[in-house]
Amino acid sequence: MTARTLQEKLAILSDAAKYDASCASSGSVKRNSLKTKGIGSTEGSGICHAYAPDGRCISLLKILLTNFCVYDCAYCINRSSSNVERARFSVEEVVRLTMAFYRRNYVEGLFLSSGIVKSPDHTMEEMVAVVRRLRLEENFAGYIHLKAIPDASPRLIEEAGLFVDRLSVNIELPTDGAIERFAPEKKPRDIRRSMGHLRLKIEEHQGEKKDRAKPARFAPGGQSTQMIIGADGANDDAILQRSENLYGSYSLKRVYYSAFSPIPDASSRLPLAKPPLMREHRLYQADWLMRFYGFERSEIVEGSQAGMLDLSIDPKLAWALKRRERFPVDVNAADKEMLLRVPGFGTRAVERILSTRRHRRLRLDDVSRLCQSLEKVRPFIVAEDWSPGGLLDSPGLAGRLRPKEEQLSLF
Amino acid sequence: MKFVRLSSPTDFEGWRQGARMALALGVDPADIEFTVGESAASLFAEPLPPAPDVGGRFTVPRAFIDLAEVLVSHRDPARFSLAYRLLFRLQAEPKLLAVASDRDVALAEAMAKAVSRDSHKMKAFVRFREVETEEGRRSIAWFEPEHHIVERVAPFFVRRFTGMSWSLLTPLLSAHWNGERLEYGPGATAEMRPRGDDMEALWLTYYASIFNPSRLKMKAMRAQMPKKYWKNMPEAALIAPLAQGAEAAREAMIATPATLPSYRHERQRERFEMARAEAPVFDPDHRPESLEEAREAARHCRACPLWEPATQTVFGEGPKAAPVMFVGEQPGDQEDLAGEPFIGPAGQVFDAALAAAGIDRAQTYVTNAVKHFKFVPRGKRRIHQKPSGGEIAACRGWLDLERSFVAPKLVVAMGATAASSVLGRTVTIRSVRSQLIDLPAGGQALVTVHPSYLLRLPDPDAKAREEALFREDMARVRQAVPEIALAA
Repeated sequence: MTARTLQEKLAILSDAAKYDASCASSGSVKRNSLKTKGIGSTEGSGICHAYAPDGRCISLLKILLTNFCVYDCAYCINRSSSNVERARFSVEEVVRLTMAFYRRNYVEGLFLSSGIVKSPDHTMEEMVAVVRRLRLEENFAGYIHLKAIPDASPRLIEEAGLFVDRLSVNIELPTDGAIERFAPEKKPRDIRRSMGHLRLKIEEHQGEKKDRAKPARFAPGGQSTQMIIGADGANDDAILQRSENLYGSYSLKRVYYSAFSPIPDASSRLPLAKPPLMREHRLYQADWLMRFYGFERSEIVEGSQAGMLDLSIDPKLAWALKRRERFPVDVNAADKEMLLRVPGFGTRAVERILSTRRHRRLRLDDVSRLCQSLEKVRPFIVAEDWSPGGLLDSPGLAGRLRPKEEQLSLF
Repeated sequence: MKFVRLSSPTDFEGWRQGARMALALGVDPADIEFTVGESAASLFAEPLPPAPDVGGRFTVPRAFIDLAEVLVSHRDPARFSLAYRLLFRLQAEPKLLAVASDRDVALAEAMAKAVSRDSHKMKAFVRFREVETEEGRRSIAWFEPEHHIVERVAPFFVRRFTGMSWSLLTPLLSAHWNGERLEYGPGATAEMRPRGDDMEALWLTYYASIFNPSRLKMKAMRAQMPKKYWKNMPEAALIAPLAQGAEAAREAMIATPATLPSYRHERQRERFEMARAEAPVFDPDHRPESLEEAREAARHCRACPLWEPATQTVFGEGPKAAPVMFVGEQPGDQEDLAGEPFIGPAGQVFDAALAAAGIDRAQTYVTNAVKHFKFVPRGKRRIHQKPSGGEIAACRGWLDLERSFVAPKLVVAMGATAASSVLGRTVTIRSVRSQLIDLPAGGQALVTVHPSYLLRLPDPDAKAREEALFREDMARVRQAVPEIALAA
């Protein structure tokens, strides 16, 4: 086999990395290079430097160190039984690519993951070598997200945490049973133990002073995880139950839902169809409702068909239509919790309503300037000059608020 | 009509001074305009008459200054008048900015948002090309912002690319950084940017490979990366061909049958199967013959549903032949994460009481009646739940094994759950507390409260009283089994 060029390796190892949905570069400590005269900064909110035609943000150089892998996870493009092309970066190559891309403002930093070669420790060792060089030799202060190998020794994970902004472990599938079925070498207990270990380390370092000499913090951007949707038979309720557990147990910043999508040389054990993108979207909406809108999981899934969210309308509207007795909500009097439950009001609109109504009574016209779509909100609210009357109870309401069919077929 | 002349499109200080004078003169917002540079004012407009220095005479909320500073970078020529109108109205309506539905406020906020968005997109979509110059490597980018944002954004590039020399070229203004100083110069043209960069081929390779053809979402892409920015982004040339080929690429992936695994894979499978065959197999029916075996077997326990939401089994810890065994209720949040008993807040109360009684924890065996954490998730936290009778019973086998292998002289049951598990009957703490109770299988038991009970007491007096009682119990333990005393 002739040696692959850097470009060929990049093509293979970024193609192999694209099924990981996370590309966030936000939520870490603020830092810059003014004092070090080096390269790189993080300023709180992340930056998406480009968007691919799949609508996804390209924020980081997202690559695998290698896509050789001794594991045989059915859903994964890099499983050992697949005949995809294989390649392997050297530590030097990853460092060079990261710096070159960063200097041209193509990316916010590096997202490094890897197939498992030889042993989990060997693989993790190489990944740590990359981040150590970036920080200590290249004086790189940009964002780094490292996908930890769950079975690697705690010592390596702890070293990695000192150099990176985010460390994460993928839960992969919604239930332990599914992981055992589709990822025979992975042990759900080990994945969860790794997450627990990460949470303890992150919290242990949170109390430290910011101005301590580097490395001052342990993965200050926290941890996240990814769950593949639609590969196993789990319903939305089971998926959200898993998320609820993960957020509560491990203080995750995010759970990413990744619709299972056809991969080259796919295993015949999995559904080979269009990825369930609308389902993925609804799960993100439900996740948001649980985290920022005060909804309980049970409220979101109550009355659903076989534990599945309604694909044709968003979960907040679905809840409101089921619980019409809770509406209309008076925008001039209702408390924040109830305003957040009005379909069409986002957290920002609610803040603006609360701020404005301290100084004037809100009319429908005012509301229209405070939210995105008055059409959607109108049946559910009372304002100074507006009451929905019978509109709220009309049987046609659900149909009227349902998006048009052709919008639905878009994905 | 009055007018104020500003020195540049983003002359915030000039606007501020002019606005102060106009306000001092009581000029109505409808009667004033701001012109930039040499451009002519309206036909009959006159300059503001000189007004006394009025700096600091008017007060405005800090939020207004912040808003106005962003607002003046907008390209709309009416931005300065709008800022003045808000300033004027704020004198009579000091809370105006909180009224988000007010037309002027809503407009100003929308304009400020447009400026922020454009600034953000500039940080994102600038593409540097590197050239060799006499002074070394220089990174040069050409960008066409929608608003007057170069001065807003350049400091970001300074903070990020401190160790480089670079130039940001835009039609109206350029920014240059030499590693030490930031300087602004006249605008530039597209022709002035470098022709290409060696890394661009790799960047395009990356852009094409990271795209997933099964998820084509052009609308979502354009919403975030509007077409107006495409002409200065090298990767944008790939968008059309990638989108056109997406459907075929996805169909091909679905239609192509899976191939047979490689020889390399078969060899790996063999090795994996061999390793699996050699590894000890967990047999739920096999009775563990040592404490280590019991610990290992408990890791796999699924005797009750508590295993599933928990992180791991938290087995007891301590020397194999410890003379005293402490039994609590169940692991908590911290214990569940670390896999060790009594390390969280209750563990700290426990440790403090042991230390006060002069007991060396390392010489005792510490465990729980239930080995998995029972909880309900609430947002970012987990709320402890009391284990049920069934769960306690399911876990009792593990505690019995620990007791039979460690064979302690004294078992200290902390809390009602531990007490009923250790004594084999439901008891109230009050009825049995602090007594040495002979156990049928040998050894003795002592019942006390659970340390977390002390944490839950809101009344400081009650807390102090209960803490003293708990410490007295620990002193009794030490008295009963003196060999666990801390070395002097």
